[in-house]
Amino acid sequence: MADPADPANQPAPAGEGNRPALALHVPEPNYRPGDTVDFSDIAIGTAGAQPRPDESAHPSQMGELAYSLIRVLGDDDQAHGPWNPRLDPETLRQMLGHMAMVRAFDERMFRGQRQGKTSFYMKCTGEEATSIAPAMALASDDMVFPSYRQQGILIARGYPLLDMINQIYSNKADKLKGRQLPIMYSSRDHSFFSISGNLATQTPQAVGWAMASAIKGDSRIAATWVGEGSTAEGDFHSACTFAAVYNAPVILNIVNNQWAISSFSGFAGAERTTFAARGLGYGIAALRVDGNDALACFAAAQWAANRARANHGPTLIEYFTYRAEGHSTSDDPSGYRSAQEREEWPLGDPVTRLKAHLIAIGEWDEQRHAGMDLECAELVKATTKEAEKNGILGHGLHHPFHTMFEDVYEELPWHLEEQADQAIRERIAKFGTERPFG
Amino acid sequence: MSDQTEAAAAAASDTAPERRLNMIEAINEALDIMLARDPDVIIMGEDVGYFGGVFRATAGLQARHGKTRVFDTPISECGIIGVAVGMGAYGLRPVPEIQFADYIYPGLDQLISEAARLRYRSAGDFIAPLTVRSPFGGGIFGGQTHSQSPEAIFTHVSGLKTVIPSTPHDAKGLLIAAIEDNDPVIFFEPKRIYNGPFTGFYDKPVEPWKKHADSVVPEGYYRIPLGKARIVRAGEAMTVLTYGTMVHVAEAVCTAKGVDAEIIDLRTLVPLDIEAIEASVEKTGRCMIVHEATRTSGFGAELSALVTERCFYHLEAPVERVTGFDTPYPHSLEWAYFPGPIRIGDAIDKLLSE
Repeated sequence: MADPADPANQPAPAGEGNRPALALHVPEPNYRPGDTVDFSDIAIGTAGAQPRPDESAHPSQMGELAYSLIRVLGDDDQAHGPWNPRLDPETLRQMLGHMAMVRAFDERMFRGQRQGKTSFYMKCTGEEATSIAPAMALASDDMVFPSYRQQGILIARGYPLLDMINQIYSNKADKLKGRQLPIMYSSRDHSFFSISGNLATQTPQAVGWAMASAIKGDSRIAATWVGEGSTAEGDFHSACTFAAVYNAPVILNIVNNQWAISSFSGFAGAERTTFAARGLGYGIAALRVDGNDALACFAAAQWAANRARANHGPTLIEYFTYRAEGHSTSDDPSGYRSAQEREEWPLGDPVTRLKAHLIAIGEWDEQRHAGMDLECAELVKATTKEAEKNGILGHGLHHPFHTMFEDVYEELPWHLEEQADQAIRERIAKFGTERPFG
Repeated sequence: MSDQTEAAAAAASDTAPERRLNMIEAINEALDIMLARDPDVIIMGEDVGYFGGVFRATAGLQARHGKTRVFDTPISECGIIGVAVGMGAYGLRPVPEIQFADYIYPGLDQLISEAARLRYRSAGDFIAPLTVRSPFGGGIFGGQTHSQSPEAIFTHVSGLKTVIPSTPHDAKGLLIAAIEDNDPVIFFEPKRIYNGPFTGFYDKPVEPWKKHADSVVPEGYYRIPLGKARIVRAGEAMTVLTYGTMVHVAEAVCTAKGVDAEIIDLRTLVPLDIEAIEASVEKTGRCMIVHEATRTSGFGAELSALVTERCFYHLEAPVERVTGFDTPYPHSLEWAYFPGPIRIGDAIDKLLSE
């Protein structure tokens, strides 16, 4: 049947002569729920085939790397080519351990939200390598400006699980005093900037931090993470402009996980070019990386960190990956995409691939892996129980009431004092006491 | 909070030779002093570096302090504010200039969602000690994109402070206090009075600052605490609450009409000096609020509500608001828009006739 919305089937508007009717293109993903998925059109390339330019290379000399895919781990589970970071087995096991821990943590916290212990959670399943590997490639005091799906950085930097869970439960031990949505962590001690929740705002902030470090003649660099969908925000483009103009020592990471809630990457421009290619227009070195290959992720971040530290300026890295689960606890991906996508994703699973590599080089086995998974699950479970002693969301064990009014300003102005008094009067009217839960 | 008060500054000025500066010179001096005192202060903005700013507020500062302390930026207010937030997180004390307040909107998300809430959302882990300087207000034939007074957008945001000086003396002391403040401050400079205290009688010759008592600016460092209003002149017949350019217009109209008004220059809108307001209105029983910004949801609405809530039984008449009209700022009809002597005079007559 003829599509009535198709301009070709509509009469030409009067008074425009013989000019052809214009047609608006609205992107549409290849697969919707129930569709059979065929990803054979995605160009993968051979592991080890990509050249590794010198870290001082001019962006125009390495443009091809913005369109291809840097890969290290091959189908034979071995590491290949010039991007192989040649990490020792202990470091590889550590990386695998962090990834397993994040996965175990995500499982438990997601379940906790479903059990009503908190309002919200976001997993990073399938994307673990894009935060853990770069975090391990950076120095621990390099400043990171994450988006909301980089819990891997905190795990890799040794942030206590208990503090993470207290924040997720918004309880009386929450270091952010119950003010932030779950997972919007902040830890200056771990050089981890406060997560906003508004999108891409962290990108110019990271550039500013890097500029400040350069102004002061410091040696620390900054890195930021943003989803491919959020690269459409003006902030991201401001960040690129400032990073290029001031040759800022910053790494701009784009996690291209194909989906921004229900909008596929085409709504951020992926039908036209790669996200890494955004960098080239600004004169920023750009790398496009297999985001499910932890070794490639590490190598790219290490290259960019070396470049920034040597005053050769910013790098934009696109991690090509797949969001294996929903955006958050608030959406059901089966309502907008084919469930087959996850199974058919041609770059596999980052944990499985790194595990297979360690086994292939004789440094790991299934039994140890199963033991590690069990250990992670048990540690998360025990820590969860510990955190629950401090309360769960909505069950009374929160920070003292007056803290709601603190930190709006350094000092409490008169109008907030008055409003705090009012809030406490309301509290007493309801419960008969300011602290009904002790 | 304030280690040196106005009184101390005044005392200092008694011993120093009397110097008269216009508001641009006073601002430039404040910036110069802070760049010299605090190595973490940096200044950035469109055209602020080599050229010294389109209004010359940063003239000479790059040459004196170096181009990593005072530098030009891309034309991107979102970028300027966003980068400043990151610099603040590092430990710097950025003083970005937004060339005209009318241009600030691309930076609003970075101000409202980021700078204003960073201390709160991180429970004090990170702060955003920025001072965003920006020329605002009309009366210079700037049309709708170089004349706006958007202060109420910022006073509505918890976590921001909003400061508006009305004299060279205050501009210097308030700007130093703003830069030293650990919260983000919006510092709006009334550009109509950069070079002289405009009285609103636009068809009369402009007076330079040199003839005005408040152009005497002490040398060196001094600060005027944020949140403290200034009694421009004491009076008994009515209270005038105003700020920026309109301080001078209101004063001129009261003088011309021979009204014994108490004129309060608020200087800081948030935090507001509510004690000074209450004390004055309780004394006079009548209150007129004057601002150049549009009327609906303007800061005058907040002031009117506060006065009504807190001083109701002292009021002899309804509070009068004198404001710009709720239109974009026109070009050719600038003086028809501007809340000048006639509009203020009518409000005074009404207030005193009740």
